[in-house]
Amino acid sequence: MSLICEASFPVRGGDFKDAGKVAVQIKATLKKLGIDPEILRRAAIAAYESEVNIISYARLGKIHLQVDPDRILMNVEDEGPGIEDIELAMRPGYSTASDLIRELGFGAGMGLVNIKHCADEFEITSMVDQGTKLRILIHVPDG
Amino acid sequence: MTLFEVMDILNARLLVGRKLLNTEVKTAFSADLLSDVLAYARPGSVLLTGLTNPQVVRTASVLDIAAIILVRGKIPPAETLRLAEELGVPMMATHYILFESSGRLYSRGMVGCIQKVGNDEIMAL
Repeated sequence: MSLICEASFPVRGGDFKDAGKVAVQIKATLKKLGIDPEILRRAAIAAYESEVNIISYARLGKIHLQVDPDRILMNVEDEGPGIEDIELAMRPGYSTASDLIRELGFGAGMGLVNIKHCADEFEITSMVDQGTKLRILIHVPDG
Repeated sequence: MTLFEVMDILNARLLVGRKLLNTEVKTAFSADLLSDVLAYARPGSVLLTGLTNPQVVRTASVLDIAAIILVRGKIPPAETLRLAEELGVPMMATHYILFESSGRLYSRGMVGCIQKVGNDEIMAL
C-alpha cells in the first residue's frame, strides 16, 4: 500500500488563541489530495476536537497524519495529566474544562464523543501524569 | 433562500463575503457552544451565534458552513474578520437576539440542520 501523505502537526498546550489552526491546516492538506468532502470534513472535525483537547489539558502534543489510498489515520499524542477514568471522560456532557476553555466556546464535554462519532475506528489510551493517545482511523471508500 | 434573503430578513449588515450572497441555504444551527456546533452542525447550513472569536471562523470552515450570522449586535474583532476573508467564510451581523433571528428565519422556511439529538446522548447520562 502506498502512502500518499504523512505530516506531523505540533500543538502547544495553553495556546488558546491559535485553537483550530491545525484543524484548518489538516483540512487544507486533505483537500489538496482530492479526498471526498464528507470524509475530509469528518477528519477535520476529529482533528479540531483533538487539537482543542491538547490545548486545553496538556503541556504539548501533536497530531500525526498519515494518508493511504484507502484510509486516513491520525495518531494524537500528548504529554499531560492523562485521563484517570476514560469511561467517564467519554460520557457526553462530562467535562473538566476551565473557564478559559469555556469562554472560547469549548469544554461542553462532547469532544471525545464527537471524535469517536467521526471515526470508523477509535482507540484511546491514557496514563495518568504522562499523557493520552488517540488513534483515529477513517476509511476512504474507492480510495 | 439565498444568503441575500437571509440578510434582508434579519436586517443584517454584511461583514465578509459579498461574492457569495447568491449561495442557497436551507438549514441552520444556532449555538454559543462551539463544541455543540462541531458535533451537530451540517455542511451548507448557516451558523447563528453570539461568539465572535477566530475559533468561530475556523469551526465554520472545517464544517463547510455556508455563512456565519453574528447575533445580538456583536462586533467581531479585526482578527476574526481577517480570518473569515482568508478562509472564505461569509459573515454578517444582526441586532436581533439568537431566538428572534432563528424564529424569523424559521418562519420564512428555514429549518434546523437536525431537529433533535439522538436518544444515545441523553440515555447515556
